[in-house]
Amino acid sequence: MRKSYLIIVSLLLVAAMLVTACGAASTPEADQSSQPAPAEQAPAEQAPADSAPAESAAQEQPAGKSTLETVKERGKLVCGVNQAVPGFGYLTPEGDFEGFDVDACKAVAAAVLGDANAVEYRALTAQDRFPALANGEIDLLSRNTTWTMSRDTSLGFDFTVITFYDGQGMMVRKADNIKSLQDLEGASICVQTGTTTELNLADQMAAAGVTYTPVVFQDAPSTVKAYEEGQCDAFTTDKSGLVSQFAVLANPDEHEIMDVTLSKEPLGPVVRHGDNQWKDIVTWTLFSLIAGEEWGITSQNIDEFMTSEEPEVKRLLGVEGDLGTGTGISNDFAYQAIKQVGNYGEIYDRHLAVEPFNLARAQNALYTDGGLMYSPPFR
Amino acid sequence: MSASSAPAQHNKTRIPFYRDTRVLAVLIQAVFAVFVVVFFVWLFGNMFGNLDTLGITDFQQPFFRVEQVNGKTSLSPWFRFLYSSAGFDILDTPISYTRQDPYLRALAVGIVNTIRVGVIGIILSTLLGVLTGVARLSSNWLLSKIALAYIEVIRNTPLLVQLFFWYFAGLLALPRLRTGEEITAVILPGPIYMTNRGIAMPWIRGTPTTGQWALFVVAAIALAWLVSFILKRQEEKRQRSLRRSTWTFLTFFAVAAIGWFVLPVQPLRIEQPVVADTGFGFVGGLTILPQLTALVFGLVIYTGAFIAEIVRAGIQAVPKGQTEAARALGLRNAQMLRLIILPQALRIIIPPMTSQYLNLVKNSSLATAVAYPELFQISGTILNQTGRAVQVIIIVMLSYLAFSLIISAFLNWYNKRVQLVER
Repeated sequence: MRKSYLIIVSLLLVAAMLVTACGAASTPEADQSSQPAPAEQAPAEQAPADSAPAESAAQEQPAGKSTLETVKERGKLVCGVNQAVPGFGYLTPEGDFEGFDVDACKAVAAAVLGDANAVEYRALTAQDRFPALANGEIDLLSRNTTWTMSRDTSLGFDFTVITFYDGQGMMVRKADNIKSLQDLEGASICVQTGTTTELNLADQMAAAGVTYTPVVFQDAPSTVKAYEEGQCDAFTTDKSGLVSQFAVLANPDEHEIMDVTLSKEPLGPVVRHGDNQWKDIVTWTLFSLIAGEEWGITSQNIDEFMTSEEPEVKRLLGVEGDLGTGTGISNDFAYQAIKQVGNYGEIYDRHLAVEPFNLARAQNALYTDGGLMYSPPFR
Repeated sequence: MSASSAPAQHNKTRIPFYRDTRVLAVLIQAVFAVFVVVFFVWLFGNMFGNLDTLGITDFQQPFFRVEQVNGKTSLSPWFRFLYSSAGFDILDTPISYTRQDPYLRALAVGIVNTIRVGVIGIILSTLLGVLTGVARLSSNWLLSKIALAYIEVIRNTPLLVQLFFWYFAGLLALPRLRTGEEITAVILPGPIYMTNRGIAMPWIRGTPTTGQWALFVVAAIALAWLVSFILKRQEEKRQRSLRRSTWTFLTFFAVAAIGWFVLPVQPLRIEQPVVADTGFGFVGGLTILPQLTALVFGLVIYTGAFIAEIVRAGIQAVPKGQTEAARALGLRNAQMLRLIILPQALRIIIPPMTSQYLNLVKNSSLATAVAYPELFQISGTILNQTGRAVQVIIIVMLSYLAFSLIISAFLNWYNKRVQLVER
């Protein structure tokens, strides 16, 4: 009897170790659900072997602890991003996340922790992103997410700054000669589930009186693949997303983006509702990037501006006043963000104004250039 | 008195409660129960607390309260969101559905689609499984080895991988319907169009006289039954065969045929699929969606392999004497299988078969991978658009639970029926 008890107990211990070891590497969601089980606490001696379990434990947010405290304690920002939209959020063959939305995470990490690389990325599908943010798995969702009223109000989230003004478009094959929505009568259209585009598509096609077949996938790669294989006659998502897929398609020359805009798609990072301090931090970090471009402050020349006599530049860079400490972070948050990541224009040019996207600034230019990018004053 | 003093003596050296197994048993149970209750209270408290922080107030409402939402009666504020307009379109809608319909209707579409996949899948996988199981035991070396290879390959690879294979490598690899202006589909005689947009085939459609012809068919069945009844009487009386089944069928076909030719318009017609003007799909005929095909195909091939093993085991469990006795009586192979072996094997097969059917229905939730809108896919969309994760997951779990309980209740009833009644 004794012996069999020993065997069972040791088996349980091994299982517990495996659970924690895996939990750290993969889904913290699982960690949360199994958190109170003894398996989680048991193998304390496991910790030195890899430092990951400590990290996963820090991911749960005990009630009453602010996101800022959690991030600071953890020493890392956990950011939900895309992994399949080149230019915005993309997992490179080297295993790094890159893109416009990814740089928003980096800027926040630089502002809060002083290190743009102190980010842990979570690649999320359109469907997974909201639960992941709601249950505290991520601190910040920067994954081309459209600002809508229902998401802001009844879903329990807060939108920060619109970092990219977009519109929904449709990709078709050149050979099909499709020029208007009416030409899509009876067509199959590939779309991702859980997106505003899914709803806009239904609205616009109903308004145009066109019947179509929606083919709904969970993730971008399946959607694009199905379109490319000819399962769908058209593929719809935000225009920026369509452009970025040209980088992925086997024969980009055979496809074109229709000259039709189905909706407004204001995209920007999202945080949980109910933590105003964290929302302020993210919002003003992003504004600082725009303000940086307004003043012509870049990652290259920022140090020259430290001696600037301009009062607003002084306040922005933390040389004067205490705008940062007012929200619980250091005064040089904007300096760190711009220095390490670059101003809004730099980020845009780095990811979106390059081959093969060549996206014009258009609506995303500064207001002084006829666009919509405008930072409230740093005062 | 003296008799009772001995036990009293003994009572003095009574063992302490923490070593009394009877007390300990109760104590351990009680402690465990407290732990379970505390755990669940903690879980729910945590959930409600977090939802509260997010500003989602559903669970602060009472569970039950009749109220009007969008002109519909909602019984519970927790599930109020189900009555608002869904706003998305669905690929395959066996019951009428438009984007203005409430989420509840969208869920119903998902449930109907799941049932459809389940029923088709269970029937086809049983057929495939029984045939393969018998083939596995065939004395034909090639047949038995092919069955073996199929079973081993399919049983030992993940279903999701197989679904991807059938969908992306199988059905989507079919040609497009058209490329530019040219029709590029594979056209089989029929015509059956094989395209990555689906398989389109001719299909039977009703005409204005279908209803009247249905009356003839009913009359034909009644008459055929009458003929069969009379002949049965006569056969018993005269003690010789009067070819009862032949006459029964002849009566049925004669009456149905009279109806067919008497009516001014042919009651049924065959509709050919025609490529639509836009070239994106078909008009007329029946188009089977590639998503549904891939899903059903994948589920049937996968579950069929497991059923084949169950059938093989069931057959082998029938005592060899039964086979030998059947041969001694001079039964042919097919007769032996149908009359002696399979009925006895059935008793052994049914219980494990039940769990395969349950698996098939539950596995249909993998349809999200191939974009088929069954319950799980649609509820995923609803979850995303409404953010009501807790409620949606509860609904999905209860639905699958209901499917499973219904299937197992039916098979348990059937199992009881076919078991030997022992005295």
